[in-house]
Amino acid sequence: MRITLHIWRQANSNAPGHMVRYELPNVSEHMSFLEMLDVLNEDLIAKNEDPVAFDHDCREGICGMCGAMVNGVAHGPIPGTTLCQLHMRHFKDGDELYLEPWRSAAFPVIKDLAVNRGAFDRIIAAGGYISASTGSAPDGNAVLVGKESSDQAMDAAACIGCGACVAQCPNASASLFMGAKIAHLGLLPQGQPERQARAVAMVAQANAELFGSCTNIGECEAVCPKEIKLEVIAFMNRDFIKANWSGRGKALAND
Amino acid sequence: MELDSKSPTGPIETRWDRHRFNLKLVNPANKRKYTILVVGSGLGGGAAAATLAELGYKVKCFCFQDSPRRAHSIAAQGGINAAKNYHNDGDSVYRLFYDTVKGGDFRARESNVYRLSQISLNIIDQCVAQGVPFAREYSGYLDNRSFGGAQVSRTFYARGQTGQQLLLGAYQALERQIGAGTVQMFPRTEMLDLIVIDGKARGIVTRDLITGRIESHLGDAVVLGTGGYGNVYYLSTNAKGSNVTASWRAHKRGALFANPCFTQIHPTCIPVSGEYQSKLTLMSESLRNDGRVWVPLKKGDSRSPDQIPEAERDYYLERRYPSFGNLVPRDVASRNAKFVCDEGRGVGETGLAVYLDFRDAIQRLGKQLIKERYGNLFDMYNRITGEDPYSVPMRIYPAIHYVMGGLWVDYNLMSTIPGMYVLGEANFSDHGANRLGASALMQGLADGYFVLPNTIGDYLATNKLEKVGSDHPAVKEAEANVNAITKKLLEIKGTRSVDSYHRELGKIMWDYCGMSRTAEGLKTALGKIPDLREQFWRDVKVLGNGEEMNQSLEKAGRVADFFELAELMCLDALERNESCGGHFREEFQTPEGEAARDDERYSYVAAWGFRGVGNRPELNKEPLNFEYVHPSQRSYK
Repeated sequence: MRITLHIWRQANSNAPGHMVRYELPNVSEHMSFLEMLDVLNEDLIAKNEDPVAFDHDCREGICGMCGAMVNGVAHGPIPGTTLCQLHMRHFKDGDELYLEPWRSAAFPVIKDLAVNRGAFDRIIAAGGYISASTGSAPDGNAVLVGKESSDQAMDAAACIGCGACVAQCPNASASLFMGAKIAHLGLLPQGQPERQARAVAMVAQANAELFGSCTNIGECEAVCPKEIKLEVIAFMNRDFIKANWSGRGKALAND
Repeated sequence: MELDSKSPTGPIETRWDRHRFNLKLVNPANKRKYTILVVGSGLGGGAAAATLAELGYKVKCFCFQDSPRRAHSIAAQGGINAAKNYHNDGDSVYRLFYDTVKGGDFRARESNVYRLSQISLNIIDQCVAQGVPFAREYSGYLDNRSFGGAQVSRTFYARGQTGQQLLLGAYQALERQIGAGTVQMFPRTEMLDLIVIDGKARGIVTRDLITGRIESHLGDAVVLGTGGYGNVYYLSTNAKGSNVTASWRAHKRGALFANPCFTQIHPTCIPVSGEYQSKLTLMSESLRNDGRVWVPLKKGDSRSPDQIPEAERDYYLERRYPSFGNLVPRDVASRNAKFVCDEGRGVGETGLAVYLDFRDAIQRLGKQLIKERYGNLFDMYNRITGEDPYSVPMRIYPAIHYVMGGLWVDYNLMSTIPGMYVLGEANFSDHGANRLGASALMQGLADGYFVLPNTIGDYLATNKLEKVGSDHPAVKEAEANVNAITKKLLEIKGTRSVDSYHRELGKIMWDYCGMSRTAEGLKTALGKIPDLREQFWRDVKVLGNGEEMNQSLEKAGRVADFFELAELMCLDALERNESCGGHFREEFQTPEGEAARDDERYSYVAAWGFRGVGNRPELNKEPLNFEYVHPSQRSYK
């Protein structure tokens, strides 16, 4: 089938960008979206034009490295699917698609569709962990974890850190990403000692990174390829408010 | 070269304890004086970087992805083995050791495997403490499942995302140290050379993948946790970025490369659908518990599967292996799929696929139960192929999935270059000629959390490491080498893209050094690969320049290394005149068509030394001794 792509081309983080139109006359419906871009890049190389830079790695929907806005929707139109797992059979002959990098001041564009998501790493470094140095752990069955808590923790832990939630949010809020980690660790007994400090520290870091606040719009949940639920944000807010009222968590937040 | 494995002797149960006691220690106050460079941030590298920093060392960690959380360990689905015996079903450290040595077809080092199975216990504890949400029973206790090659339930799992959850545990531990300032992280940074001074590994040369800046990092030891080289086949289940460059460039600086021909093929992957195919997707082996594998009895039968009556179907695994049936090990299932397709009985548009049919299971158990068991896998299959496996049989074909070969390391995980350590899939050490399911995660974490942090101190404490500056001639030479490669690749300005060469190389490797190999085929490959390599260096087209993000340039450097590795793999496969584990030479099989080992002549590790591109490498042998598990023929009839 024939697909027309309009792709955001930007040489580097300082250069101005613009949309460029590309015609792809022979797209197979069995291709993944990224394989279509591979084919485009092979054509561009043959014509001595600079191929489109885009991030990707596992192409199985788990590493979280790929992603772009497709007609304004992060990872494209199919729910619960990363861009690498989106196949062209979901599009029609003659479709015109607009591809843009993640939109957020906190995710500066590096080149074309590739952005810098280092802010996510810094949020985790601020408190998105359990401090359990190697060697100090008791037997795995020493602390029981109810199946329900464990399952809910796993639901939240499924986050792949791709950044679609931020890209889709009108406020460019990282709340779904943070809530997922805070809920994952906060639902487990091992995560309790640092629970309140964690919420305070992570939120403080997100503010410093210029992510916006959550206003409960819910677009993040709609585009999340791992279908993380909005309730993790409520979990985060509860922990954050509790920590502030009780005065706990200050130690980390004041760093 | 004399290979000293430093493997302890005496009773195997106490070897690691005694060895650890004999290792020299670095005083806690002195640890911060040492800088350790860790390349790779997966289960091996990420766990090591975090743990070394917890111990007090200064650590610099490098990965080519945009974040350490993207390392390919994340894609492992199934689980992680540990000999906890929580189910009281007869498991023990010794049994896990035994299964792993046997599963590896008697080509692994016993001391290493025993230590691995001892440490498996600590890994689960550590991961639980970090908040890894392992599956639980209603009582709150850890759940287990059974996995290929074992008769006990010892596999811990977190849904179908075990690798992801274990990696996030290591990543969070690493980020904690980055936040504390003890680890300096360099994402989007690729190691392109190793700096060796006075025979010791003292640094690496890297390229910043955003600015193109070539830079040297110096330290007291270098740790590679850079994964496997399955992408030499172009199509594999590895991530697109997975590559051999760090390992290979260290090999060219003197590290021996061991058993490069030991590769593992996974039998249940989604088949190739066209020329544009960029990678293969694996589906959990658990599908073979209920699915039946078949092909049409007749060659070239193009009827749709529901039109082929029972009598005209060949359930070839059930026919050939009545006692194990569809559950034969990975290598056996893979080879048989290849054989029936070679006979012209493969299915689908390309003829390179076999059916995995759930019709009978759905009739017997009902659609609902099948959905509960495999729903997520069926959805994934549907997403990729557009076909509904509840009504149409799945089509599957084997794909390269893991490599057992890698840089040679001793019991301390140190390569033949003093001061350079290698972890996880990047080393060769624990899986012999075939890895059992759910053992890769175990090995990566064992190496990173528990082995290396103990053994590296001995090297630092017993070697006087003079301070070296960035103006040292060896540093300048390594930087010049990297700059020269980059410059050369950009100046060729040929006619064909990097991917087109990579695809062609992969096809040669898959055809001649894939699931089954012959001396004749390997010789053919050894003729073709150098020709193609020379053509690549004359004709590859890399646009742009080196001072920017240039993904073609990154790929070009990796493919250049794959060419050299490919030749070594074929040579190793040709040299090993036996079949063992994942290495199947058609000339060496039992009358029943199974792998025939030759323990008299090949019970050794083949460790190859580099002697220049195009020159025959030097073969060194580390003999393998089996004091505890005595070699026997595997049988699944």
